[in-house]
Amino acid sequence: MIALLIRDLRLAMRAGGGFGLGLAFFLIVTVLVPFGVGPQSALLATIAPGILWLGALLACLLSLDRVFALDWEDGSLDLLATAPLPLEAAVTVKALAHWLTTGLPLVLAAPLLGVLLNLPAPGYGWLVISLALGTPALSVLGTFGAALTVGLKRGGLLLSLLVLPLYVPTLIFGAEVARRGATGMEATTPLLLLAGISAGAIALLPFASAAVLRVNLR
Amino acid sequence: MSSSEKMNALWSYANPRKFLAVTERLMPWLWILSGACLVIGLVWGFFFTPDDYRQGSTVKIIYLHVPSALMAINGWLMMLVMSLIWLIRRHHVSALAARAAAPVGAVMTVIALVTGAIWGQPMWGTWWAWDPRLTSFLILFLFYLGYMALWSAIEDPDTAADLTSVLCLVGSVFALLSRYAVNFWNQGLHQGASLSMDKKENVADVFYIPLLVCIAGFVLLFIALVFYRTGTEIRARRIRALQARERAGA
Repeated sequence: MIALLIRDLRLAMRAGGGFGLGLAFFLIVTVLVPFGVGPQSALLATIAPGILWLGALLACLLSLDRVFALDWEDGSLDLLATAPLPLEAAVTVKALAHWLTTGLPLVLAAPLLGVLLNLPAPGYGWLVISLALGTPALSVLGTFGAALTVGLKRGGLLLSLLVLPLYVPTLIFGAEVARRGATGMEATTPLLLLAGISAGAIALLPFASAAVLRVNLR
Repeated sequence: MSSSEKMNALWSYANPRKFLAVTERLMPWLWILSGACLVIGLVWGFFFTPDDYRQGSTVKIIYLHVPSALMAINGWLMMLVMSLIWLIRRHHVSALAARAAAPVGAVMTVIALVTGAIWGQPMWGTWWAWDPRLTSFLILFLFYLGYMALWSAIEDPDTAADLTSVLCLVGSVFALLSRYAVNFWNQGLHQGASLSMDKKENVADVFYIPLLVCIAGFVLLFIALVFYRTGTEIRARRIRALQARERAGA
């Protein structure tokens, strides 16, 4: 498992692996928002938590088709499926690698981009916590979507149509935490619910992902 | 008949030939009954019930809105059950029935949303509000869209049936989560249940009985459409099998 994790991380870091693309996308979305809604800092401060969450979600989505596509093309996915390691574990490792290369950088970059959007001071801690707890769910759900569409030509658009509705609860609770935190309200309840969704998704979805991957490899 | 024999009798309808034979006999009755219920219910509702003292005649859209909303949700539930049957017992008819139900359910969702908007404009002063019920219905519609898109994207029918079934299971969990998450996210404008076991919440009896007739009509219409579309799917698959055999023989 660790060898697979290291291999995936290395592949992502190498040129053409797409590491950092999600981060750049996140940056660009954040920069574009003031152009769209105007530069009033009060307005930006109000919408900052939501925009940052949405940007992180889209950046996550952007990199999903890479989770299985390369391994599918060169056939190493078949090897993984026949390896002694259960496919469920392999899928979990893939999701973890996706999170480490996409989710974690987004979490770390979010406060910096919060400065750009004039995020109120109490919001930073909550934003980072909510993203740290929410992005694993995004990665796991995205891995499921990627497993569903792995065999398809031009599955990218379909992937977003399938995955985005699944992201709704995570986005609702995550953005709620950031918003409540930014306005100084109590944010523990949505935070716990967000953590619950992440924990549940991590525990159960690898089984679904592995099941659909087996169907696709049949 | 013992209970296991009864179960076998039920599963025998999973045989496509028997399914087609039975549904073909039922189809005319279903069409007539659902048409009759809809005509009676809608005419009764539209022309022979009083206007509401506050909402005027707009209240009558309830005869389309409530039944379609009900069938939108029950359609998804039916797809969930059919997906489970496919995954567990691998009866092709159930996978095809799930596929056949999806567009019908999606259309029901659209009817519910559109009639709600038409009612909401004069009543709430807006076509759309980010109310929990409205929002969760829109999300349900997105789930229908994704489900149908996945079916049409995959060529191999068995693979498609497997993948969409798993998507339906996972989607059901997250649709339910969304349903309650949006409650958390925004306060509601939509009234509570119009129909429930608890009679206190119900609409008045003058509206209630024609509404029940309309609901019966929508349920029958849904069943008829799903049977019809399932039959079409079965025949389409037979044609494909025959063509494949011909090509192999030639």
